[in-house]
Amino acid sequence: MPDNLSALDLVLTGDPALFAIVKLALLVSLSAVLLAAVIGVPLGASIALSSFRGRDAVIVFLNAMMGLPPVVVGLVVYLALSRSGPLGSWGILFTPQAMVIAQTILVTPIIAALSRQTIEDLWLEYRDELMAMEVGLLRRLTTLVWDARFSLITALLAGFGRAAAEVGAVIIVGGNIEGFTRTMTTAIALETSKGNLPLAIGLGVVLVAIVLAINGLAWALGRAAERLAG
Amino acid sequence: MIRFEEVTITAGAVTVLDRLSLAFAVGGPTVLIGPNGAGKSTVLRAAMGLLQPSAGRIVRDGEPRRAIVFQRPTMLRRSAEANIRYAMAGVDRTRELLALVGLEHAATRPARRLSGGEQQRLALARALARDPAILFLDEPTASLDPASTKAIEDMIRAVSRRGIKVVMSTHDLGEARRLAGEVVLLHRGRLVEAAAASRFFDAPQTLEARTFVAGELLV
Amino acid sequence: MIRRLMLAVLAVALAVPALAQDNSIVVASTTSTQDSGLFGHLLPLFKRSSGIDVKVVALGTGQALDTARRGDADVVLVHARSEEEKFIAEGFGVKRYPVMYNDFVLVGPRGDPAGVGKARDIVEALRLIKAKDASFISRGDRSGTHIAELKLWTEAGIEVASEKGGWYKSIGQGMGAALNTASASAAYVLADRGTWLSFKNKGDLAILVQGDKRLFNQYGVILVDPGKHPHVKKAHGQKFIDWLVSRDGQGAIASYKINGEQLFFPNAADPNA
Repeated sequence: MPDNLSALDLVLTGDPALFAIVKLALLVSLSAVLLAAVIGVPLGASIALSSFRGRDAVIVFLNAMMGLPPVVVGLVVYLALSRSGPLGSWGILFTPQAMVIAQTILVTPIIAALSRQTIEDLWLEYRDELMAMEVGLLRRLTTLVWDARFSLITALLAGFGRAAAEVGAVIIVGGNIEGFTRTMTTAIALETSKGNLPLAIGLGVVLVAIVLAINGLAWALGRAAERLAG
Repeated sequence: MIRFEEVTITAGAVTVLDRLSLAFAVGGPTVLIGPNGAGKSTVLRAAMGLLQPSAGRIVRDGEPRRAIVFQRPTMLRRSAEANIRYAMAGVDRTRELLALVGLEHAATRPARRLSGGEQQRLALARALARDPAILFLDEPTASLDPASTKAIEDMIRAVSRRGIKVVMSTHDLGEARRLAGEVVLLHRGRLVEAAAASRFFDAPQTLEARTFVAGELLV
Repeated sequence: MIRRLMLAVLAVALAVPALAQDNSIVVASTTSTQDSGLFGHLLPLFKRSSGIDVKVVALGTGQALDTARRGDADVVLVHARSEEEKFIAEGFGVKRYPVMYNDFVLVGPRGDPAGVGKARDIVEALRLIKAKDASFISRGDRSGTHIAELKLWTEAGIEVASEKGGWYKSIGQGMGAALNTASASAAYVLADRGTWLSFKNKGDLAILVQGDKRLFNQYGVILVDPGKHPHVKKAHGQKFIDWLVSRDGQGAIASYKINGEQLFFPNAADPNA
């Protein structure tokens, strides 16, 4: 990516390196959010509907894990995936898969904790009716998750925001390799270290614009769907 | 069908039902009446199986299929017909039930956007979707205007005519007179008097019953 | 439906790197080399001649060698001879090939509060900085530059470990970050010429001391020993090394210029390098 052009120039001229970076950033973060949702939503919903000893401790722990430092997660995943580490035989250090794994770990607690709260609130509302209808646990879970889907989408967007914005995890496990594991945030870090501050800020603006666009899209789709469903 | 044998139910330090014994038998609607806090809602919930007695027992002959319409029913976040379909047991009778409660025109509308009266009717249709043998209704017309009240009462009569046992509570003595086959007066978690409607209103046996029928406060 | 979408995304995400994996090597190198832009110039040339993708992970020298020790790189290209020789002595590297050199320069505020511009050599310049309590930024990250910097302080007879937090500020980051910090706080910093020339936030900084033989900075490249890490891509890695020291590679290094100025000087043929 030429570093003597402004970020706007790169966008307008369709610079391939910039678009590759954007594409990778979205691919990694969106994959991580989807995986985290597959794990986190059922997890949060199950905790919401169950009672067991230590439930409060689990909820506090889950909430606290929303603040996991990305650089710490990156370090742990790096050591796990290193050839000298327990999962070295997978050989995926310094690849986008490693980045997806690290971001999934970061995002799952956010989605799980927010899902738990959302589902628990809805359960309070639905409880009498669902118990009167003798709805079993599995059907309860699917009903609550489906009926709460719009609030859950917000949880997913929160997770996506976290993933798209972080640099600490992806730079360690990805290695910021040009054309391979360089994302928007790692590119911004690189341009900053090269002293190319205007370009770094410009890239930052592009990143924020993209995240804004995604949130706008999600909102519009949500509203449309809401109008149909009620 | 359902029998309470010396049932006591407590909520914390408060005794809500106090060694209550009564029975709901096949036949016309049983209407529970009594002042606030008498335990009417609790009786309905306990009979439904949502509350467990702390003493005594509740016997249900042959575990009849049952359904309940709560005083303030909660609509699922979906359309009116989807609400009914959600509760459906067996063959899909959504269209028929919508027609019975007069909500065909609102079938695809989001249930939460229906008016209070419409939601009550939808809750009734949803309860009927479970094909119950016994239907509980907790003050079904308490928050409704006279037109909606009449609509609901007509539906309750129709339901009863189909052979479904109706057990309901009400504040409205007039409603009790209009609907009851049998009247049960509760006061402070105890059974005061239970009798066929005509006998209850024409010749109440207990002092409390006479006071209540006369429209005076039971403290 | 969502499940299907997710599986599709995973399939794509997993497929892409799998394709690139087979004809590529991982080279652990230093941030100063990356920040200078040299790899952007060299690697396309190497790819064209060999078809091999070189994936550069840029860290400090110490970190780069540790990454190789863990077996997470196939080749290391760093600039700290003592550390490289230790790496080989430990059995992690096969052979050290000298590749190129550049030099370090002492950079500082144009006003030169410590008066280092008048010093006869780098050692005297450092003594002046300590004498005047002038702010000095150290990378502090076990990089080649950091190691060279520490050697110079030792030669000047100054114990910097005890000065930390005073005029001597150890930031634990790369060359770019160190330069940014020096630029923002009007401090002195030892930089490699390559990063300095391509650095875009010079502000009020300028080169104040250069040319001293002690500032000579030699780069070496080493293949990670497949004996220690059997998965190392030995053939491709050696091809890269061979190319770097070949006439083509050395020529490519010499031809990399910023604003007409050459950054790195190939010296693979020098027996003393």
